[in-house]
Parts: sequence; C-alpha cells; structure tokens
Amino acid sequence: MEGNMNLTLKVWRQKNSNSEGRFETYDVKGISEDMSFLEMFDVLNERLITEGTEPVAFDHDCREGICGMCSMYINGQPHGPNRGVTTCQLHMRSFKNGDTITVEPWRAKAFPVIKDLAVNRSSFDRIISAGGFVSVNTGNAQDANALPIAKPDADEAFMAAACIGCGACVAACKNASAMLFTSAKISQLALLPQGQAERSIRAEKMVAQMDEEGFGACTNTGACEAECPKGISLENIARMNREYFSAVLTSK
Amino acid sequence: MSWVTKTLSSSLGRKLLMGVTGLSLIAFLLVHCGINACIFFNDGGETFNKAAEFMGTNWLIRTAEIGLFLGLIVHIVDGLLLWKSNNEKRPVKYAVNGAANSTWYSRSMGLLGTLLLIFLVIHLRHFWVVSRFTDEITSGKETLFGEMKEVFENPVPVVIYVLGCISLAYHLLHGFQSSFQSLGWNHPKYTPFIKSVGTGFAIIIPLIFAAMPIAMYLGIIK
Ligand code: SF4
Ligand code: FES
Repeated sequence: MEGNMNLTLKVWRQKNSNSEGRFETYDVKGISEDMSFLEMFDVLNERLITEGTEPVAFDHDCREGICGMCSMYINGQPHGPNRGVTTCQLHMRSFKNGDTITVEPWRAKAFPVIKDLAVNRSSFDRIISAGGFVSVNTGNAQDANALPIAKPDADEAFMAAACIGCGACVAACKNASAMLFTSAKISQLALLPQGQAERSIRAEKMVAQMDEEGFGACTNTGACEAECPKGISLENIARMNREYFSAVLTSK
Repeated sequence: MSWVTKTLSSSLGRKLLMGVTGLSLIAFLLVHCGINACIFFNDGGETFNKAAEFMGTNWLIRTAEIGLFLGLIVHIVDGLLLWKSNNEKRPVKYAVNGAANSTWYSRSMGLLGTLLLIFLVIHLRHFWVVSRFTDEITSGKETLFGEMKEVFENPVPVVIYVLGCISLAYHLLHGFQSSFQSLGWNHPKYTPFIKSVGTGFAIIIPLIFAAMPIAMYLGIIK
C-alpha cells in the first residue's frame, strides 16, 4: 500500500520505566491515506529494523477497535483527533500531507511507561479483581427466561459493558482519574439482577482499589466522556457515587 | 481510621464534601444577594440597613453563620488538598495539549477558587470585620450602607469586586451542576433542568452583585 503522504513524527522514546524519555523525530514517506495510524507506525518500524535501530514499542492487538490496547496520545488527544474511535480505527486521511504529528504514551502515575509508547495498565485489572465480578454456581446454564430483565436495563448495562478498558479516560483527565472506567465496570453489574449478590461491597472495594493505585479524584470536567472511544456516559460516575455511598452506609 | 473518616477521605468522599459544602455556599449566596439587592430600592439604604441589622442580631442567623464558615473552611481546605494531590497524579506532563475536550473553567476550579479566596479576604475586611468586630455600626456611628458608599467611592475596589464577580460566575458555572453530579444526582429527567438553573444562577447572581459597586460608584444609588 504505497501512498503519497509525507509526515514528520515526533515520538516519545523511553528505554524502560526507570529511564528518562525524550522525543525523537522521524520523517515517514509514502504513506497512504487509507492506512490506519498503527499501519503507519508499522511502516516506520520496518524501516527502523532494516536500518538496524530499535523499533518503536507500542501496544496493539485486535486492530478493530475492541481490545483497547492501542494507547497513543496523538497531538494532545487520546486516540487522536477523531471522536469515538481507537488509534487502530484512526486513518491517515484524518491528517494532511506535510503534517507534524506528536505521539506520546498515556501519562499517569498509575500507568507507568514500560517502553516507548507502551504503558502498564494492570492497575485496571486490579480494580476489576477487587470487585468487578459476579459469583455464579457451576453446573448447567439456567434457562435464559428464569431472570426477567427489562429491556431498558439490559440496554443500559450493555452500554456500560461496552468499555474496553483502554484508559483513554485516564489519559484525557487533567487529574488522571479512573472514575469513568471504574463506574462503567460497577454499572454493568449493578444494573443487572446477576450483580445484586455482591452489590453492597462491590463499589466500596473497587473505589478503594482505584484510590490505592494512585489515580486522581474526579472534578467532573467531562474530558473522559468526550474522549472515550465507546461513548461511556458520565451518568455512570453518578451511579458509582450512589452505589458507593449506599454501600459504605450499609456494609457490615 | 473509622469508616466515616475513611469514606470522607476517599476520592469519592472528598468529592461529596466539595459538593455538599458548595451547595450550602450557593444557598448562602442567594440570601446574601437578596439582602444586598435591597440597596436598589434607592431609599438611602434604609431597607438594606434594616435587613443587615436583622442578619447581624438574629441568633438563628448568627448560628447559621458559624455553620457557613465551617462549610467554607472545609470547601477551601478540601479543594486545595484535592488540587495538590490531583496534580501529583501525572508526574510527567504531556508535551502537547490538543483540542479542548472540556471547558477551560471546569479545568480551572482551583485557580478560580484561589482568586475567590483572595477576593473574599478583601471583602470580609471591608464589611464583615467592621460590622461584627467593631462598634462602628452597633454604636450608630456608621451604617453598613454608609460603609458600602465609602468603599465604592474609590475605583480600585470597584474593579476588584467586578473581577471577583467574574471569577464567581465561572466558578458557579461549573460548580453548580458539578455538585449535583458528585452527589450522584444525574438523571435524564432532572439533569437538563439542574444544568439550566445552574447556568442562570451563575450568570444572574454575579451580575446583580457586580451591579452594586458599579451603581454606587456611578452615583446611581445615593
Ligand atoms: S471508559 Fe471509555 S475511555 Fe475509559 S477505559 Fe472504558 S472505553 Fe476506555
Ligand atoms: S488494537 Fe484493539 S482497539 Fe485498537
């Protein structure tokens, strides 16, 4: 896939979590506007490998907007200039020939850089392990109609469950707060009958873990909602606040 | 740590404290603005002085005043602590800050709050200290209305007060609806209403406040 876009990339290079990083400038030539942003990085990396230099480390997996791995802070915005997309869904036609593009990793105390643009998001996993689960008995699956769920509730839970754990909300927030993510993970269970068993302790435990991981406190700027590729709504944060306070008031 | 302090010092608890104290300060602003607007009767401050005297002598109001100050202190201390700790959550800053994904004033509540705090010190020195801690007013030597006229003869305080009102407007523009969100009150039925009331409040109240020093300086209110 040859193209005619020539770009200047300023990319954050950092050897490991202990070293200091800095920007390196690369000229990339012959980029097609139909390439995704990650494919453009592939072109750069192949060249770096043939030149015998270290390629740029970045996370990616599905390349179709569902895994949440492709964390890149592009020209001052998580996942680049377009709304509702991940970096793998961002195409080079969103840029102009001759553009200079600055690419940084997610920056947050709770997301330390592993290398270059790859950050460690296991803090999210620990928030989920703290309470983002339901207990079910093993055995045969029960009849689907045994638990009636109203369609609006199912839809709302599903909308919260659309969170792919990408961390763009943290990257966008001036406080590096993880409340949009945590609230989506609490909501998807709180809205369903299956989530009721652990409901009274779930929010309490997940919020405590979120604070322990070193995420900031939400000041309701709404930057997370604007940058979330899955359109997770701030209503979830309000729900988390309700869940949390009713949990702490009643838990034993 | 007891569960109460643990809850209130969590990220959500501190948000709740900001919201609750913020709402009580909003209620106070409404009363304060209503009383001060009495000067617009333009009756030489008669109605205003009466209202001010009631506020200064009624025991219920004086008790509420203590609560108000406690709330204010919590709002300031909690706000500053949040500002500091949130700042530490991104040790390496971004090199580029791209297109705005939020309003500038929602991102600048700490700064706006600090400006308001500076204003508040000046403001309390001008009026509250005189009316509560000196006998100027109780002895009948001076009235609060007279105090106002004296202060606002000078253009410098007038400008400071107008700037204070602008900071207040932006602080409220975010703070009003934000406090409801922090309390968990986000609902498709009520949130649009809360947001419009908040915007109206954030514009109208500071506007009325700002009109007072301006009207006095220009001699519209005598
Ligand atoms: S809430 Fe949105 S931005 Fe945050 S992790 Fe989930 S999908 Fe990503
Ligand atoms: S690589 Fe999976 S969402 Fe982008």
